[in-house]
Amino acid sequence: MTTDRVAGAALVVLALVVFWESRGLPLGGLRNPGPAYLPVALALVLLGFGALLVALGKGAPAVSSLGWTEWRHAVAIFVVCAFAALALERLGFRVTIALSLAFLLRVVERQGSIFSAVLSVAFAAGAFLLFDTFLRVPLPRGPLGL
Amino acid sequence: MTETLHNLVLGFSVALSPPILLYAFVGCVVGTLVGVLPGVGPLAGISLLLPATFGLDATRAIVMLAGIYYGAMYGGSTTSILMRIPGEAASVMTCIDGYAMARKGRAGAALAIAAVGSYVAGTVSVVALMLLAPPLASFALRFGPPEYFALLVLGLLVLAYMSSGSMLRALAMATLGLLLGMIGIDQMTGYFRYSYGVVELGDGIGVVPVAVGLFGLAEILATAGLPAPPPVLRPTLRELLPTRQEWRDAAWPIGRGTVLGFLIGIVPGSAHIIASFVSYALERKLSKRPEEFGQGAVAGVAGPESANNSATSGAFVPMLALGVPSGPIPAVMLAAMMVHGVSPGPLLIKQQPELFWGFIASMYVGNVVLLILNLPLVGVFVNILRVPYPILYPSILAFCILGVYAVNGSVVDVWIMLLMGAFGYLLRKLGFETAPIVLGVVLAPMIEMALRQSLAMSDGQYAIFLERPISATLLGVGLVLITLGLKPLVTRSLDWRARLALAEKGDEHR
Repeated sequence: MTTDRVAGAALVVLALVVFWESRGLPLGGLRNPGPAYLPVALALVLLGFGALLVALGKGAPAVSSLGWTEWRHAVAIFVVCAFAALALERLGFRVTIALSLAFLLRVVERQGSIFSAVLSVAFAAGAFLLFDTFLRVPLPRGPLGL
Repeated sequence: MTETLHNLVLGFSVALSPPILLYAFVGCVVGTLVGVLPGVGPLAGISLLLPATFGLDATRAIVMLAGIYYGAMYGGSTTSILMRIPGEAASVMTCIDGYAMARKGRAGAALAIAAVGSYVAGTVSVVALMLLAPPLASFALRFGPPEYFALLVLGLLVLAYMSSGSMLRALAMATLGLLLGMIGIDQMTGYFRYSYGVVELGDGIGVVPVAVGLFGLAEILATAGLPAPPPVLRPTLRELLPTRQEWRDAAWPIGRGTVLGFLIGIVPGSAHIIASFVSYALERKLSKRPEEFGQGAVAGVAGPESANNSATSGAFVPMLALGVPSGPIPAVMLAAMMVHGVSPGPLLIKQQPELFWGFIASMYVGNVVLLILNLPLVGVFVNILRVPYPILYPSILAFCILGVYAVNGSVVDVWIMLLMGAFGYLLRKLGFETAPIVLGVVLAPMIEMALRQSLAMSDGQYAIFLERPISATLLGVGLVLITLGLKPLVTRSLDWRARLALAEKGDEHR
């Protein structure tokens, strides 16, 4: 299986999903397009491109030849970002960023405990001071005002 | 001409007075700080800091806002080059070769070229703005929905034709971007499309979370866990400056980017974004070494940076000459001027020459202050690369989250960035370019609106696109590009993109 064929197949599936999800929206006509008109037309184009990629993708590199050595790191970083998105307005900017940074530095990158703690707290507090306090970019404070 | 020069002297006598210079300086410093934050680009920067100018008189307020604007533009380039985080969509192209230059130890050169390119483009385009504002503004007014639709379609086709790799892949990515741009309320009928009850998606997917996800976060996901992380760079003072060859490589792209950016900038809409994409594509096409693009080509930084800056000056043409804002940044500047009791338009030059020419002169001054401020700071900024990557990337990540959240104060944007980051990581693995997706997201609402307005104008007749000379010409050029792109499929020969892909493949195996 080649990269182009995998990507092409994914695009075809996505186009079909768009067709399915557009069924509740008025399509309109050629002379008076409705809200679903352009998305459906684009999905049709995407379907065509996806099919072409599958058809012409024989010469692309094989998916098995791609290196995935970094996947553990990538998953850890993704999870930390998801935590940050969940916690940002619940715990406040400073607590969320300090915890996320501390986890990445200490657990994922195995830096020293004191170094990780100091850098995390200093970054979170410094960024908040600069952007929220000085530049008036409003950042969430959480229930404890942190 | 004599009158123009006399007026400009009047403008400089206003702009060069010490208090005004101080406000220009403060504006540039604050703008650079705000612009460094991803997401808070010139538009958000000016909007956020507009209330701070309420206590000032009109001239000082406008000078300070111009400084913020220029500073924010340059701050966005800094993060693009050093961290691969585009501050806004217009910086996306700078990310590609600017970051590659930084990884090759040429971050200082890239920052200096971006600063000088922006300065040259800013200054030259202000001269053009001064001399050509009235005639160019009337040309810009000939752009109705059909012309605008044709221009946007052409922008997408130019990018697809001139991107490396296959045109098919680039077009598929652009279509995907257009589809993502369809999410949100349909502006003509008010229907919610694909928003699944998430109110924040009503306004559509923001460009900043998409760009930061596809570029900044995807880079971190792909790089942080590599067995050999990016090396720590310790550039010497001499390495901070561009070499003679790099200056030579940058000269023509800066010139071309300036002209191209100004001309595209006059057209209403997000012209500065299109200008930077088209400039990058043009430089790659004209280059004798197109294989260097994506690997740290000087022209890949100089061209788009100049075009981007020049286009935003061009966007001031209709605003100053006619009082019609042609994009979001001129609109906020227009609002700022109106807050201070100034109404831009044909009468502004006659009724308040001090303010009009003071504004023009302050744009010169803003450019000079920014250059003086930022060139010495190149050495300071580059120190970021001395930080080992395992310590640097968590901070960049926190910066991405902060910047994306700050745009709308919405966690939904952070989730979008996260999804786009994972998506960008996978696309990168599969060898797809992500820049066309960003352009698609930017253009989708505009293309749809222009298409439907055109059809409303013509009672559903598609012939309107061919009956109007400008739109017919633009679509004709697009058709030529498609034909050239499809020619190798028919003739079974290799076009320049296929030859480039083969050359890149050869480099990988070497």
